[in-house]
Amino acid sequence: MKRIIVKEEHCIGCGLCEVYCTVQHSKSKDIIKAYNRENPRPISRVKLEVHKPVSFAIQCRHCEDAPCVAACLSGAMKKDDETGLVTHNSEQCIGCWTCIMVCPFSAIKMDSSGKVVSKCDLCTELEIPACVANCPNGALLYKEVKS
Amino acid sequence: MPKYVIVGASSAGIGAVEAIREVDPTGTITVISDEECPQYSRPMISDLVSGKADFGKLMCREHEFWKKNRIKALTGITAISLNLADKYVTIDKGDQVVFEKLLIATGGKPFVPKIEGSEKDGVFTFTTLSDAEGLASKLERAERAVVIGAGLIGVSVTEALIRRGLKVTMVELQDNILSLILDQTASEMVEDLIRKAGVIIATGQTVKRILGKPENDEVVGSAILTSGEQVKCDLVVIAIGVIPRIELLTGTNVKTNRGILVDKFMRTNVSDVYASGDVAEAYDFIYGENRLLPLWPLAQLEGKVAGYNMAGKKTDYPGGTAMSSLKYFDIPIISIGITNPRDFDEYESLVKHEPEHDIYRKIVLKNNTIVGITLVNDIERAGILFHLMKNGVNVKRLKQKLISDEFCLATLPRSLRRRLYPGEYK
Repeated sequence: MKRIIVKEEHCIGCGLCEVYCTVQHSKSKDIIKAYNRENPRPISRVKLEVHKPVSFAIQCRHCEDAPCVAACLSGAMKKDDETGLVTHNSEQCIGCWTCIMVCPFSAIKMDSSGKVVSKCDLCTELEIPACVANCPNGALLYKEVKS
Repeated sequence: MPKYVIVGASSAGIGAVEAIREVDPTGTITVISDEECPQYSRPMISDLVSGKADFGKLMCREHEFWKKNRIKALTGITAISLNLADKYVTIDKGDQVVFEKLLIATGGKPFVPKIEGSEKDGVFTFTTLSDAEGLASKLERAERAVVIGAGLIGVSVTEALIRRGLKVTMVELQDNILSLILDQTASEMVEDLIRKAGVIIATGQTVKRILGKPENDEVVGSAILTSGEQVKCDLVVIAIGVIPRIELLTGTNVKTNRGILVDKFMRTNVSDVYASGDVAEAYDFIYGENRLLPLWPLAQLEGKVAGYNMAGKKTDYPGGTAMSSLKYFDIPIISIGITNPRDFDEYESLVKHEPEHDIYRKIVLKNNTIVGITLVNDIERAGILFHLMKNGVNVKRLKQKLISDEFCLATLPRSLRRRLYPGEYK
């Protein structure tokens, strides 16, 4: 299965990963509309972590033994047996924040409504996730990894 | 073909079923639960009362969960007794269910102190779906409620009742609400919000007597507090806490303390008999001892570990600790481990409090390792801190960074990240 690999030595901290993630998860898929007009405002599911001079992006690792799935109170967070993806169903989510508490990467965020969480879905509708496709310096790779 | 029998089908029972099926797709599994539809999320029952979630949303597993996992689900059936020598469970009507491996996951039951008048119509406990349905059915005609206990359950049910338009008085024996999981500062932040929502909080008190209505003594009419104050109410919710349901073990030689004693494989002292969840005393890695930790995610994990071991996949329980995340009254809070140490020689507290932004962060250290985490409002980095805590990382050089606004994964030196996150940050 394919996963996002982070090359922190190539990260220049530009934040384009967050911009393109936001746009990809917006209703309009348009950068201006996504940032200026949409309400609730879409949020980036990838986080740029910065502690100068270090920077790198972090998004859900789709862990093999995902603590968020085990801890989820509502059954919203699930591990897909076939794809190995950790999926989040925001209809089922009750925003109890238990997944935020147990994710070792802190890769799960509250969404802008403050009612549910949001996290990387690996842009399954795209061939290459938006953050990877738009990273200008090859700091994010989308590669086959051993399961 | 091994016969697995699981008594109890809430968090631990579900975790065990999923683990067993991962390892053993064909061994027969029988689940016994006194609830008709046990695969719902108990922490969510307040959402049912508030109207935030309907019955469907409460289901934490699909309706065909038992069928899909090829489980014989004896739901709405009570396990009466155990015969561990001949390995069977006696259920309602005297039927016997034979097992090769048994998991006791009977959970907890509400602790109900002796209060005169507690048998009256309108007094509820708040643990199960039927408690929630019973309470919800009374709300249309109720105006006022008294909630006894201001722990997690008490606060959750209070919020639900407020959302449904009731006037609520919350009565707590301790001086602060949520005193088991929050220090005074954090507790007061929540208290402020709860009061603003219209709740009357009476601390340092409990209810000593429940009186009926003048026109019908059998129906709740008021509660008398220990101060002598009489609070008019139509409903009383007893939310003091849960105690392990160990009655099933009567007459067996399974060792119990307050709960069932288990080893790191979730085995009891009797071979082929396991226990998990709120009924068991499992390992707390912060206290370094086994104790009761009645929490949904831990029950699930304990159940999973039991399931793996029952099916022959040797698995250690890594241990848990007190861990709660709260969403009530729109103030997100995460509390893990020792959050309110009394011994200031042994423990060091790193605190950042910004009252103007309602932000509070507190990290408790012992020998330079994290043993407690409190985050109020800004909770997003909790997981990294919890990971440092679980791994016993020496944070001497990171101390002030841990509570700073900028704290994130990049704050951790790469060598540490490599060690803590195998496979990443090569």
